Amino acid sequence: MKIVVCVKHVPDATADRTFTEDGTTDRASVDSLLSELDEYAVEQALRIAESGPDVEICYLTVGPDDAKDALRKALAMGGDSAVHVADEDIEGSDVFATSLVLAEAIQRHGFDLVLCGMASTDGGAGVVPALLAERLGVPAVTHIEELTVEDGTVTGRRESDSATVRVQGTLPAVVSVTDRSGDARYPSFKGIMAAKKKPLESLGLAGLGIDAGQVGRTAARTTVDTTTRRPPRTKGELVSDEGTGGIGLAAFLTAKKFA
Amino acid sequence: MAEILVLVDHLDGTVRKPTLELLTLARRLGEPSAVFIGPGADTAAETLGRYGAHKVYVVDAPEVGEFLVTPAVDALTQIAASTAPAAILLPSSPDGKETAARVALRLRSGLITDAVDVTADANGRPVTEQSVFAATYQVTAHVTRGTPVITVKPNATAPEPAPVTPELEKWDVVFGPASAAVRVLSRTPRERGDRPELAEADIVVSGGRGVNGAENFAVVERVADALGAAVGASRAAVDAGWYPHSHQVGQTGTQVSPQLYLAAGISGAIQHRAGMQTSKTIVAVNKDADAPIFELADYGVVGDLFQVLPQLVEEIERRRS
Repeated sequence: MKIVVCVKHVPDATADRTFTEDGTTDRASVDSLLSELDEYAVEQALRIAESGPDVEICYLTVGPDDAKDALRKALAMGGDSAVHVADEDIEGSDVFATSLVLAEAIQRHGFDLVLCGMASTDGGAGVVPALLAERLGVPAVTHIEELTVEDGTVTGRRESDSATVRVQGTLPAVVSVTDRSGDARYPSFKGIMAAKKKPLESLGLAGLGIDAGQVGRTAARTTVDTTTRRPPRTKGELVSDEGTGGIGLAAFLTAKKFA
Repeated sequence: MAEILVLVDHLDGTVRKPTLELLTLARRLGEPSAVFIGPGADTAAETLGRYGAHKVYVVDAPEVGEFLVTPAVDALTQIAASTAPAAILLPSSPDGKETAARVALRLRSGLITDAVDVTADANGRPVTEQSVFAATYQVTAHVTRGTPVITVKPNATAPEPAPVTPELEKWDVVFGPASAAVRVLSRTPRERGDRPELAEADIVVSGGRGVNGAENFAVVERVADALGAAVGASRAAVDAGWYPHSHQVGQTGTQVSPQLYLAAGISGAIQHRAGMQTSKTIVAVNKDADAPIFELADYGVVGDLFQVLPQLVEEIERRRS
């Protein structure tokens, strides 16, 4: 079984993230890393590989040169190979262009299962897995908290806001898993050393048969008009409970007409 | 007047509050038409009309209950292709966002997700506002290609009635192949208590690590009930198994934007702040005076939540009687 895990190299979510002048995410001013939510997809791929024979895992990312770091991190956790798609023309791509590039790279590699995190920790729309399924013409088994892959099917549990739903799709399929699907492992020292020797292929748009006009800023279907830093919330009154903290809080809530 | 399609979020015909917000926003852009998928349209029509839906397009077929997301994608794409709306609004739930993205891809249109406001520009086109990077930035944007497809978060606006008598129109949709669909094997509705739903609530009372045990969440629940609020929990409390995941507030849980957010025993990690930072008023109770949550709080009490919260409930009840 061929598994392709899509990963993203994102600005550290705990750092002070900003925008560049043209309204795209500033990737230069803060350190980037493998998106935390993608680690859960890597983990699920590794568990599938451990539980059955003949599983091959390839990681795929689209992004500038340093996005390779995300692939190396994933390879250090386990798996076999990685593909890095980088091209100046990709810069400024929206979810449609990103999903196009990913889908072409997935087709080129071949797949039985595409695994993704539930969303990136920067853009965070969480729609790329669904768009990949749409483009590849396969089931989108998304937001899975408990994943089983067997006998050519993918079965999973999904929590919607009103119900617990058990769903099933046939392979080939695209699956996205949540941060509750199972804790991701840490790379071992041995894993980090082994990752350096694993094959990492670099590709441009030409290698995927995609025209520059189909991606990047020129193809984007939305425009950002303004980005404004929210004024930091002003710290309000802070009182120490000296035995009447609850009464003071009730007075505040009553004054604000909440109680 | 331009037609605006609104995808209805409902439970067997009971329309959920975010849909009423979408209809209210849609009226800023044109004349709303509701797209109702599944059984119960007759029950829903009156509510949809009260909030300004001139038309209700009804799609009811067995496929809707059998498969995940794709029946709605097929329906909405086919209705949009034939009605040529000026915009399509959907709720920002996981299903709503996936539906929106796939519809936009099929229509070759632009997509904006998680809008917290939608207004019309001078030409009547939608302009959206989004809150990004753990709610540290406000971004305004617009769609430049095709029919704008926009998903909107709950509590983006207050629902305002604008009663009309809607015209119901039944649609026969051609559904895509089952091989590319995801079958629903079972659906277990979550037990709904008397408290409001987390994402929609005007007031949310949340507990975190400081609650220190599942049995202690009753203290948080009593405050919630005194205020008519929904109960939330931090990731730490959920991971510890003290409260169900469906109540998790944060980046990977539910993102809330209520009028009042009360955080008890929550330190305020960035992952939690991302899910509640846009709340109008924030109140915190924590033992640690240096907890980051206090930086956001309009009012903070440094103290033991097991002292402060029961006293708060008592005082609210005393003031009421």
